[in-house]
Amino acid sequence: MSSHAASHPQDAHSDNPHADYIGDKVGFWFFLYTELVLFGGLFLGYFFYHMKYKEAFHEAGSHLNVFMGAGNTVVLLTSSLTMVMSLTALQKRKKGLSLLYLGMTILFALAFMVVKYFEWGAKFSYGLYPGSEILQSSHSDGVIIFYGLYFVMTGTHGVHVVLGLLALSWMFVWVWQGKIHADDYAYLENVGLYWHLVDLIWIYLFPLLYLVA
Amino acid sequence: MGAGAKAFYHDDAVVFAGMFQAVKKAGKNSSVFRAIAWVLSWILSTDHKRVGILYFVAMFSFFSVAVSLGIMMRLELFQSGQQFFEPKTYNAMFTLHGVIMTFLFIVPGIPAIFGNFLLPLQLGAADVSMPRLNLASWYMYIIGAIMAVVSLFSNGGAPDGGWTFYAPYSIQTQTNVSLALVAAFTLGLSSIFTGMNFLTTIHRLKAPGMGWFDMPLFVWSLYATAWIQVLATPVVGITLLLTVMERTLQIGIFNPSLGGDPVLYQHMFWIYSHPVVYVMILPAMGVISDVLPVFARRHIFGYKAIAYSTMAIAGSGYFVWAHHMFTSGISDVARLVFSFITFLVAIPTAIKIFNWLATLYRGSIQIDPPMLWALTFLFTFSIGGLTGLALGAVVTDIHLHDTYYVVGHFHYVMFGGGGVGMFAALHHWFPKITGRMYNFFHAKVSWFFFFVGFNMLYFPMLILGVMGMPRRYHDYLPQYDFLNSVATIGSWIMVFGILYMFANLLKGLLSGEKAGSNPWNAKTMEWETQSPPVLHNFEKQPKMVHGPYDYEGEWVK
Repeated sequence: MSSHAASHPQDAHSDNPHADYIGDKVGFWFFLYTELVLFGGLFLGYFFYHMKYKEAFHEAGSHLNVFMGAGNTVVLLTSSLTMVMSLTALQKRKKGLSLLYLGMTILFALAFMVVKYFEWGAKFSYGLYPGSEILQSSHSDGVIIFYGLYFVMTGTHGVHVVLGLLALSWMFVWVWQGKIHADDYAYLENVGLYWHLVDLIWIYLFPLLYLVA
Repeated sequence: MGAGAKAFYHDDAVVFAGMFQAVKKAGKNSSVFRAIAWVLSWILSTDHKRVGILYFVAMFSFFSVAVSLGIMMRLELFQSGQQFFEPKTYNAMFTLHGVIMTFLFIVPGIPAIFGNFLLPLQLGAADVSMPRLNLASWYMYIIGAIMAVVSLFSNGGAPDGGWTFYAPYSIQTQTNVSLALVAAFTLGLSSIFTGMNFLTTIHRLKAPGMGWFDMPLFVWSLYATAWIQVLATPVVGITLLLTVMERTLQIGIFNPSLGGDPVLYQHMFWIYSHPVVYVMILPAMGVISDVLPVFARRHIFGYKAIAYSTMAIAGSGYFVWAHHMFTSGISDVARLVFSFITFLVAIPTAIKIFNWLATLYRGSIQIDPPMLWALTFLFTFSIGGLTGLALGAVVTDIHLHDTYYVVGHFHYVMFGGGGVGMFAALHHWFPKITGRMYNFFHAKVSWFFFFVGFNMLYFPMLILGVMGMPRRYHDYLPQYDFLNSVATIGSWIMVFGILYMFANLLKGLLSGEKAGSNPWNAKTMEWETQSPPVLHNFEKQPKMVHGPYDYEGEWVK
């Protein structure tokens, strides 16, 4: 009793009698949608307070390190590229190459988190973090909200990067073990989609937080 | 696959199969291990029917807790003055009653129990699209529920302030709100995964020959519901997390003393929580659409109109959230616009009601227990819906806001709609789920007690609200004594009816007659397999040969 709607040639190669390649992807797109809506709530908050505290956002945003932010943007974009190349290599039955690109993607993700660590560390050393004495006593409401949003938004995004990192490592093991192969790659493709989403969200976060100011 | 009649269900669709087999083997010599293996065969099973029953057991356990809280609140309100509980205890009680009833019972409600059990059966599929994720959703539900229960007894004590957790009170109170919020977030995650699973299942696993408009209307209602779960739940998820972060890190977003705006919390909360009201009611409407034709022996009137209106309710639900905030200080323009859009929701709802009535017209109506409950739905839900109109209009809402009128309206809609729909489903699909039949006479007597008690309990609330009695207060003025006493006595009668109903169903489960595969002579696909269905549901792939409501001979498309 396999799927009733039109099935994908890939289903025949899977060990799972209920394999449904298209269904896997449909389901995952629904999940990606929920992620977008989740961040949508944060973006809504951002726009609301940006309208309310235009000047303060301008002032606070100018303290962010554009160089590091831009660097991280390049890192993430490149990691999306290597992610696609890894999938394509696997589809062309080049397992070694696929693992190489997947490994590079993982390294880029790590690099992103390292840069993030230094960025956040610098903010903390200036006392610019939610709940800090300095922020609450010597800055205006708008600046407090800006840094509240900055840490929540980049933090939520960072959690997604870490989860992506774990998922990518998991995929690395499965490709290595041959559990994911040229005829059954739905998992790798879905993790790739997730990774592009993480990338996409950053592409909106970067200008909103670093540049709009 | 044919041996399903012996064991209640097969136990070979389990996760951690190696461990399970080891325990089973040990069970050959030890009754303790046999018992463990039996439990594991349930809680490790990815079979959608078992997952549905797991939800049933968990949810009705919580339901009984929340009902007890409700009874205790009514006891306190029996007369003016303090009866049994301190005001602080009372605050915790209504918060818990609300949190459990909404997040643990009526939101997951019909989709998690009956949707899980019936969706693949009604589509002619072997299981949902992602069976393991389905089981994982149940675990997330249980984890969330445990966190909610733990929050009552751990640091700071039971959360107060109501199930809506409005800022700024929720960010100031010393009670254990944070854990309750994380619990609600986890429950939301469970709800999202169930929604994703159902959407994918409906898109991918319809039986050969079954088009979108050949699906039973219950499936349509699950489809609309799943869209709401996927589209709206993440918003409340992030809102609840922001509130937790507000409490722990002081990010300032909802905190007016740090420049934040508490009204933003209300917006973000209701952007989810209004659509989710339709998560509570749409599946019940689907149940009614499936039950009425069976017992009126007629094709459902206006199939497509009902299907489209289901989607229309789901869609329009996103544009009305601010009608919860007419007294929050939003602008007059916003109030007028949201009031107007709110009235638009009444249109698809009325379309359904009229179609159901038209289905009954000239049908050969047979008042069996499921039908009795379905007709009750039409009655109580109509009261709930019509009393809602007074709240949708800004002028009357200003008077009625935060009074008992709102409580009465809400319970007529949620309990008289969602809850009664669930009882209708319980009586309708009981023979399919258990393979046995309950006693009709006792089912009807228990219904009678429920119906009388229900109206005695909630109708006085509507009147009290119009008279000006505020909600969420632990005490009230003596002029409200009489109606409050009536309501409290009604609560006893209603609870007696519920207990009676479950006793009757339990007796049916244990010693009822064998029901056979299709006791109601119904036409949807779940009745084509044996009761209870075997693992993977059908001996061979069923094909669509007649419509889901084909009671009059021809396949009305």
